[in-house]
Amino acid sequence: MQYLLMIYQNEVEYAKMDPATGQKMLAEYQTFTQGIVQSGNFKAGDRLQPTTTATTVRVRDGKTLTTDGPFAETREQLGGYYLVEAKDLNAAIEIAARIPGARIGSIEVRPIWVYDK
Amino acid sequence: MNPGEIDRIFRDEAGRALATLIRLVGDFDLAEDALQDAFAVALERWTACELPDHPRAWLVNVARHKAIDRVRRQVVFRGKAQQLVHELELNVQAGDEPPAMLDDDMLRLIFTCCHPAFSPEVQVALTLRTVCGLSTAQVARAFLVSEEAMSQRLVRAKQKIRLAGIPYEVPERDALAPRLDGVLAVVYLVFTEGYVATSGANLMRSDLAAEAIRLGRLLDRLMPGRAGIKGLLALMLLHDARRAGRANSAGDIVLLEEQDRTLWDRAQIEDGLRLVDDALGTPGRPQAYVVQAAIAALHARAPSYQQTDWPQIAGLYEVLLRIGPSPVIELNHAAAVSMVDGPARALDLVDAISARGALKGYELLPAVRADLLRRLGRKDEAREAYIAAAEATQLEPLRRLYARRMRELE
Repeated sequence: MQYLLMIYQNEVEYAKMDPATGQKMLAEYQTFTQGIVQSGNFKAGDRLQPTTTATTVRVRDGKTLTTDGPFAETREQLGGYYLVEAKDLNAAIEIAARIPGARIGSIEVRPIWVYDK
Repeated sequence: MNPGEIDRIFRDEAGRALATLIRLVGDFDLAEDALQDAFAVALERWTACELPDHPRAWLVNVARHKAIDRVRRQVVFRGKAQQLVHELELNVQAGDEPPAMLDDDMLRLIFTCCHPAFSPEVQVALTLRTVCGLSTAQVARAFLVSEEAMSQRLVRAKQKIRLAGIPYEVPERDALAPRLDGVLAVVYLVFTEGYVATSGANLMRSDLAAEAIRLGRLLDRLMPGRAGIKGLLALMLLHDARRAGRANSAGDIVLLEEQDRTLWDRAQIEDGLRLVDDALGTPGRPQAYVVQAAIAALHARAPSYQQTDWPQIAGLYEVLLRIGPSPVIELNHAAAVSMVDGPARALDLVDAISARGALKGYELLPAVRADLLRRLGRKDEAREAYIAAAEATQLEPLRRLYARRMRELE
């Protein structure tokens, strides 16, 4: 079986966390990731940029509608995901608009956090 | 050079200089900071001696070096890759740009600020701040929010550009038309806020209207021959030309039917009329802004309210409804019909709109009803509608107008 583990947290609180606690948390995440990689459970995982960078895409009457932010309606539930490579947000929105679910629900487009090398 | 003149040059050049800098340094914040550095240097040098021949090129030049300095400092400070500095230096030290490239920069900036991944309010705020070069405090005033709140909003927007990968480019081919519609919507939002403020003590905020017209002219120059742009620019010029007639010295509203038409700005009207003709002569499907401008042109040409070509105005509203159905346009159509077929016929139309619940909460609906009822001599109903209209608006001059109309009913 495969499972998607979704991490929910209060962004505002998280951003306010003092640097030392943040560093500790980051280290814990690294340990955890290494652990599930070694145990063979790991398939994929990423940190997301905050919701302020999100764009929600809907297609209605053949037109692509975009809104600022993650405003999925509360009566909509997460039903699936795609991780895609796209050259910029326009390309990502264009792909999102082709997902069949965009016509009846909404697709939240959120950039993946890339750590400085 | 005195500081006032220098300030004016900054205002004029800020948008264009920033547009080029963002392309060169690849980052909004860095470009803005570097331009501020360049302004500081300019203020010092230009006050002391002569203005350079090309102030904008001078500003861009100084700013690009300031940007390199800033990145160098960051590299030392944060230990970022030295590679970044080399890339930036290569980019930034490229020779002088051909003028067409600089025009493209301005369009890139406009299309980026008006990207549909931003809410309309953010698009307007970003455009006013970066393209028009208003200060954060001025933009905050336009939105009636604190400077701190606006600054937060702008920071978040620029962060989204960077983190979400909003490209710094003019959309190509198929994508251009809908994106241009979005840009025009932003320009029109700036204008309408300046033309009839949604709240506050004053009816008009002419500074915002002037900014919108400036943006319209800029777009018309950068993307010539587009009916939508010409139509919108004409519409704004024609409306704004009536500004001096729209309010009296006490700040009270003077209705179109009562306006002293000699106060209208004739030169600006001529300008607007020329653009309407241009736009109407452009092949393609009729565009909403052009039709709206054609309506404004009929008002501007009319010698008086009574001698206005109302049948043609009512007809043009019908064209607008075919382009894009909207209850607000239906309401305007009804008002025009009242001048052709009388207020009773118009009231039927208005009541049909409210029966559908289409304009629930739209503050001008009770105002139009009140006016029609007044003209029909149905005083009690008119009074009730004026009270509803006064309650619905947040604009003091409109409240005073409705109060005056109620007094006139007695």
